[in-house]
Amino acid sequence: MSYTFWILLTASLVGVSCGIIGVLLILRKLAMLSDAISHTVLLGIISAFLITQSLDGWTMFIGAAIVGLLTTVFVQMLHSAGVQSDAAIGIVFTFLFAIGVILVSMYAGNVHIDVEHSIMGDIAFIPWETVNWFGIEGIPQAVWMLGIVLVIDVILLFLFYKEFKVSTFDPELAAAIGLPVGVLHYLLMGMTSLTAVASFDAVGAILVVAMLIAPGATAYLLTERLSMMFVLSAVFGVLAAFSGYYIAAWLDASIAGMMATMAGVIFLLAFVFSPTHGLIAKRLLQNRIKYEV
Amino acid sequence: MLEILSNPNVQWVLFGTTALGIAGGVLGSFALLRRQSLISDAMSHAALPGICIAFLIVGEKMMGALLVGAGLTAYLGTYCIQAIAYYTRLKTDAAIGLVLSVFFGIGIVLLTFINNLPIGGQAGLNEFIFGQAAAMTSSDVRVISSVALVLVIITILLFKELKLLIFDREFARGIGLPTTVLNGLLMTMIVAAVVIGLQAVGVVLMVAMLIAPAITARYWTDRLDVMVILSGVFGAISGILGTVTSAPISGMPTGPIIIVAACIVFFVSLIVAPKKGLVVKAYRLQQLRKQTAREQILQSLYELVEEHYQASGSLTDFAREEIRALRPLSERRFRKTLNGLERSGKIDAKEEGYALTTSGRETAHNVTLNNRYMQMYAMHEARFANLQMEKRNWDFLSLPEEERERLHALLQEHQLEPRLMQGGRL
Repeated sequence: MSYTFWILLTASLVGVSCGIIGVLLILRKLAMLSDAISHTVLLGIISAFLITQSLDGWTMFIGAAIVGLLTTVFVQMLHSAGVQSDAAIGIVFTFLFAIGVILVSMYAGNVHIDVEHSIMGDIAFIPWETVNWFGIEGIPQAVWMLGIVLVIDVILLFLFYKEFKVSTFDPELAAAIGLPVGVLHYLLMGMTSLTAVASFDAVGAILVVAMLIAPGATAYLLTERLSMMFVLSAVFGVLAAFSGYYIAAWLDASIAGMMATMAGVIFLLAFVFSPTHGLIAKRLLQNRIKYEV
Repeated sequence: MLEILSNPNVQWVLFGTTALGIAGGVLGSFALLRRQSLISDAMSHAALPGICIAFLIVGEKMMGALLVGAGLTAYLGTYCIQAIAYYTRLKTDAAIGLVLSVFFGIGIVLLTFINNLPIGGQAGLNEFIFGQAAAMTSSDVRVISSVALVLVIITILLFKELKLLIFDREFARGIGLPTTVLNGLLMTMIVAAVVIGLQAVGVVLMVAMLIAPAITARYWTDRLDVMVILSGVFGAISGILGTVTSAPISGMPTGPIIIVAACIVFFVSLIVAPKKGLVVKAYRLQQLRKQTAREQILQSLYELVEEHYQASGSLTDFAREEIRALRPLSERRFRKTLNGLERSGKIDAKEEGYALTTSGRETAHNVTLNNRYMQMYAMHEARFANLQMEKRNWDFLSLPEEERERLHALLQEHQLEPRLMQGGRL
């Protein structure tokens, strides 16, 4: 397995797992909450390290999941204490993220994550950080983590597809027919934290937001079917990963940054050229209506 | 500590962070009230590519040029958010998240690209991500504080117009204010407040420099002018605290410390602020619970006495179980409230149970009367909508005589008038 192969595999796994979660985040208007969670994952990772003194994948998962859920709960608490919701999100995530950055800078000497790593990941080093999990040698830890999270995400989505669908498009109906709307919300937030922490080594805590939101937003402009949106979003995620890697290699710039940029470029293309929701299509439709009138 | 403060470099830096704290707080109040706090988050992230492009063009770290570049892409980012929310079915929050992360990604690409260029002078650009106040030179501080000063002056001069714009834009347009121009100006001022903070606080956390002081000020006042001033003060305090704390620790980015300081000021206010603080709210809730429990017991006892008196023409006392059965309360609260009533001379403890004293009878009568008026009011709400009882704290006894008579007539119709006292006598 070559070096490039592992990087492309990691980047594509990030694209797919973020892409499918992103669909639900976009439709449920949770984009900014997921932005907050992916920032605070940093605090989860560094606290898990400080407590256990190891950078084992499992402790990072647990730490990040706890802090991710705490973020949601804190935002909810501030909101019910009378703080408007956008400000509640803004305060909670900056506070937790700031603490995370302070801790990382204080212990930078002892940890392999440094401040730079936390904002743009370290995908170029991933192929060398292999672990021996389940008796299999030679697979990078990030690939393991992303693979496991992807499997968990896909299983949960298959199991609760109908529930997620109803509670996304008609929360009142979902509550009325007795679906556990709150549980589904926290489940999705938990899945978001896990995906963010698995992607952390590859793209860092901030650029993961682009991978979470941009492919889903692009797919939203191209289809009217939820199942199709999942597929398209995953495809765009992988597309951003591949194009990002090759352009970054050519420019000698950050791979993660370029993946985010390409996710934005793909969105821009859909924004202009989408046959149903694009600028051009809309302009043409307007002209036709004018002409007919 | 004093040693550090007497260092002229630190003094410059302190001056700069104070100035940007004030500007951030003042403009943050407007951003917060327009519910645009997260848009300012996108603005600050979108400033990163601008800084890099400006550096690529100028070839050196010239603060003025970097700020202009930052401002331009921040503005472009804001425009993209509005365009996406306007032209597509994506909601504003998705547009914000998209613009924020993609612009930041572009910034990171440019930053790594610049760092790998075989030229000098690019060191320190990375510090725009999390801020490094110590890296500010005296000329940087001059640029930053003059922009801050201009922002504060414009805010003072146009205070009335901006106030109208954020609270009632339609009305502002109606009386002939150029709302589009004002809106653009306010947006530009917020962008300016964001970009001057970037070197000290960094693009990632700058948003908190706008929101935290403003939301803190919101807890202390309901007036916009006071809020803006307080917010500026809180911003300055956070800036000073953050700089002083981070200066002695080498390699510690200033931004996170300033933000933690600002958030701590907020959390303290959230708890202790008068009127809106959590402590005051909890105290008020507690008082309300106590008062309700008192009234419940008085009314229950009153109703028992009333029933007995009508049947037999005599007064008697009632066991605590009988009283509690009418309006269930927790055992602890029931016991405490009974003791309190006894201490204030409203009820007497007898061997068999409790009886109302003379003054207790009067209080209980008024409580019962008020609650029964309330019942009538609720049954015939449409007829009494003119009374606006929610503004009178639901005190029916203070109503004018004629209104009370209307309610009283209904009480008689339903045979509910309190009968233990009529005309003030038993």
